[in-house]
Amino acid sequence: MSTSLNATQRKPRHKRVLPGLGLSLGSSLFFISLILLLPMTGLVMQTAQMSWADYWYVITDERVVASYQVTVWAALLASIFNGVFGLLLAWVLVRYEFPGKRLLDALVDLPFALPTAVAGITLATLYAENGWYGSLLAELGIKVAYTPLGIIVAMSFTSIPFVVRTVQPVLEELSPEEEEAGITLGASDWSVFRRIIMPSLWPALVTGVALSFTRSLGEFGAVIFIAGNMPYVSEITSLMIFVRLQEFDFPAASAIASVVLIVSLVLLFAINIWQARYLKRLHGR
Amino acid sequence: MSIRLDNISKTFDKFQALSPMSLNIEDGEMIGLLGPSGSGKTTLLRIIAGLEGADSGRIQFGQRDVTNLHVRDRNVGFVFQNYALFRHMTVADNVAFGLEVMDAKQRPNKAEIQKRVQHLLDMVQLGHLAKRYPSQLSGGQKQRIALARALATKPDVLLLDEPFGALDAKVRKELRRWLRNLHDEIGFTSVFVTHDQEEALELSDRVVVMSNGHIEQVDAPAQLYAQPNSRFVFDFLGNVNVFDAAAQGSRLTHQDAWLETPHQDGKTQAGQLYIRSHELALHPAPTTQAHLPLRVIAVNPIGPEVRVELAPDGWQTEQVWEADLSHADYERHPVQRGDQVFAAPTSGYFFTADSQGSPERLHWS
Amino acid sequence: MAPKQSHQQRIGDRPAVKYTLITLTLVLTAVLLVVPLVSIFQKAFIDGLAVYWQSLADPDTLHAIWLTLFVALLTVPINLVFGVMLAWSVTRFEFPGRKLLMTLMDIPFAVSPVVAGLLYLLLYGNNGWIGAWLYEHDLQLMFAWPGIVMVTVFVTCPFVARELIPLMQQQGREDEEAAVILGASGWQLFRRVTLPNIKWALLYGVILTNARAVGEFGAVSVVSGNIRGETNTLPLHVQLLYEDYQATAAFASASLLAAIALLTLIFKAFVEWRQERAHRAETDH
Repeated sequence: MSTSLNATQRKPRHKRVLPGLGLSLGSSLFFISLILLLPMTGLVMQTAQMSWADYWYVITDERVVASYQVTVWAALLASIFNGVFGLLLAWVLVRYEFPGKRLLDALVDLPFALPTAVAGITLATLYAENGWYGSLLAELGIKVAYTPLGIIVAMSFTSIPFVVRTVQPVLEELSPEEEEAGITLGASDWSVFRRIIMPSLWPALVTGVALSFTRSLGEFGAVIFIAGNMPYVSEITSLMIFVRLQEFDFPAASAIASVVLIVSLVLLFAINIWQARYLKRLHGR
Repeated sequence: MSIRLDNISKTFDKFQALSPMSLNIEDGEMIGLLGPSGSGKTTLLRIIAGLEGADSGRIQFGQRDVTNLHVRDRNVGFVFQNYALFRHMTVADNVAFGLEVMDAKQRPNKAEIQKRVQHLLDMVQLGHLAKRYPSQLSGGQKQRIALARALATKPDVLLLDEPFGALDAKVRKELRRWLRNLHDEIGFTSVFVTHDQEEALELSDRVVVMSNGHIEQVDAPAQLYAQPNSRFVFDFLGNVNVFDAAAQGSRLTHQDAWLETPHQDGKTQAGQLYIRSHELALHPAPTTQAHLPLRVIAVNPIGPEVRVELAPDGWQTEQVWEADLSHADYERHPVQRGDQVFAAPTSGYFFTADSQGSPERLHWS
Repeated sequence: MAPKQSHQQRIGDRPAVKYTLITLTLVLTAVLLVVPLVSIFQKAFIDGLAVYWQSLADPDTLHAIWLTLFVALLTVPINLVFGVMLAWSVTRFEFPGRKLLMTLMDIPFAVSPVVAGLLYLLLYGNNGWIGAWLYEHDLQLMFAWPGIVMVTVFVTCPFVARELIPLMQQQGREDEEAAVILGASGWQLFRRVTLPNIKWALLYGVILTNARAVGEFGAVSVVSGNIRGETNTLPLHVQLLYEDYQATAAFASASLLAAIALLTLIFKAFVEWRQERAHRAETDH
């Protein structure tokens, strides 16, 4: 706080023990500036050329707004589904021993390793009306491919690992003693889960769901094949940007992209701040 | 409530954690399970609680057979080594937990729970910390909250796993006294695990000494100290010098060193003589009864006694010997590092080489 | 013989609960992950091995494979060096802005790949402030392989650092400090103390970077220009074939990408197995 007071009584300069701060930090900063920050200037300059009215007109275009709604809703539902499924997967992987557990653990990362376009054509084929799943679901009167439901399927596929991989380590570190303490005090399994385990788990769960949501908002490759891309119905925002680009309407593409970029950056910073705060709370207030 | 263990045993994978053992604990007794790590004491405690299942045997609380009863139905209070307080709950919520998870039929109403919690917190003298979180408490405070939480449901028996293990010496002592008072006041039956012999002897009505999954000895502290029935118990109670002896006429010998046995008939056998450090006198010259030349390697005058560490001179021992002298004795014959002295026991316990049984008590005049 | 008594110590260990949860998880995983994976290969080989080879031997496909490998070959070393530098600086030193740097590193995770592509297009395209200058000097980055490499570097830059940071944080600085006290130089320190400890995680980071580099779709499709036989990477080629109603050929190319994904997963399982074993050996003593 009191910088001027301390100026005269600076700490003695201590040379760092480990070498390489200058080199590693310098090159990291250079790289991040070149790769991440510099490209943002292009977007800023492009949108700065637009008047506020033009900008507002482009980003509130009816079709674009419809795409926001589709994207946000689909991402929300997909990440909620992944919250439940991810918690289940994490629980089963941490708590139980069974044949094939290692295989299951490895499979969880499939959506990270599989190219999104491959996931996209595969899901589109599976859920198409003549596909393995599509034909079964058609009998029930459910249509997945080329509907918003398909978008949800694709988004949840690509973001499955997020919840599992954030919840898993926390679940592993829970002390068995707290659970045992709960049981010796007479609590049922369900009470122990709800009142002792969940309070320790839910910050990680929320983080995982938020990451899954953020990733789903930006998902492109997996979605466009299955979505059908009908304006106003099943067109996601990333595709809107792409469509504007193909029309060589750079200002419109940039304006919509700026909205997406700001939302994802805000989400990213919010998640990181929230994560730092709960980690701090867990390890001593 | 009394506890009756009948033929309890436990194996983990291929490791025999507990050999079949039986133990009766009286209503209102405070029992210390004492032993080194790996002796099975914590396993036994967890079996009594029901956190671990025994492979064989029966457990009774009073007249109730609890062998196949789930932990949550046994009505035990358990205090964990690292307290296991719920990190995300306040102190008051921690203590109230056991009451709040009761069946709707038995559960006291909110006001009653609040009253009980306040009472328990007052009992452990921490009423002012009700709104704090566990991470804001000191080790000793956490321990007392853990105890209050365990007592909240009025358990039939209270089980404590190394209750003072993680505390520093001063707090440890204070809490020990406090727990003993609380026990005497309320009169619950309790079993605690410790590896600290001083703690076990000071706190327990009876001490159960364990090693390698066996019960070595069960006795009241004074009895245990006066009559340890095995080499293990002797070693574990500490501060003992061992004279590994061959027999030669009426003498116990080891290389150049020897001791005249106090037997009148003059018969001796080979074996080990255990001499407690305060039952060893130091002389500037050998006596007619003992020739145990030792070299002083350290003198520590701090505490109620002067502790002298001794290395054998012209014979061998497995461990350094120790003699505890009163300050008065020490001042009469002060010794310094490097001095040669001759030790003479005033009394000792003799284990013959071929027996596993109780030792013979020997006295020298 | 006395009955064997077993008590559950942890909640959810009751057989009914346990097996219900395991079964549910396995069924969901099969439906959501395994069947899609299998169907890729099923669709690729549906017309027999000969057709499969024929689809892959198509000159455009071969060129796409070559370009994809070329891009990965350039991308991976860049991100390897950057990832190590970044991990070293944030785990071995405290400095203001350390948390911010780690958040910045996550941007490529959060940003839609289409937006990422657009950022580069706006900057380096002919209208961008750098692109215009390049244009004057007859340098074309966008709609050519350099652009593809640039966006791929952007999209995959966090992976190596992400794998290294948790591990290096957990290992702490003591080993390295000991080495400095013993007189090791910076390079010796890294080569002989740090690298042996992180090599498996580093290798996995590299493999994962490779998988993502090979499979990137959204960002690449913005900057590639989709010129068949010239700037089409394998994922773009998959899209092209799929939209041309050449499903079998599309899945044949997709099966190559899926195979890379599978190898990545197998390698990850192997690395985790190694780490677990090393950890167990350490705690056993």
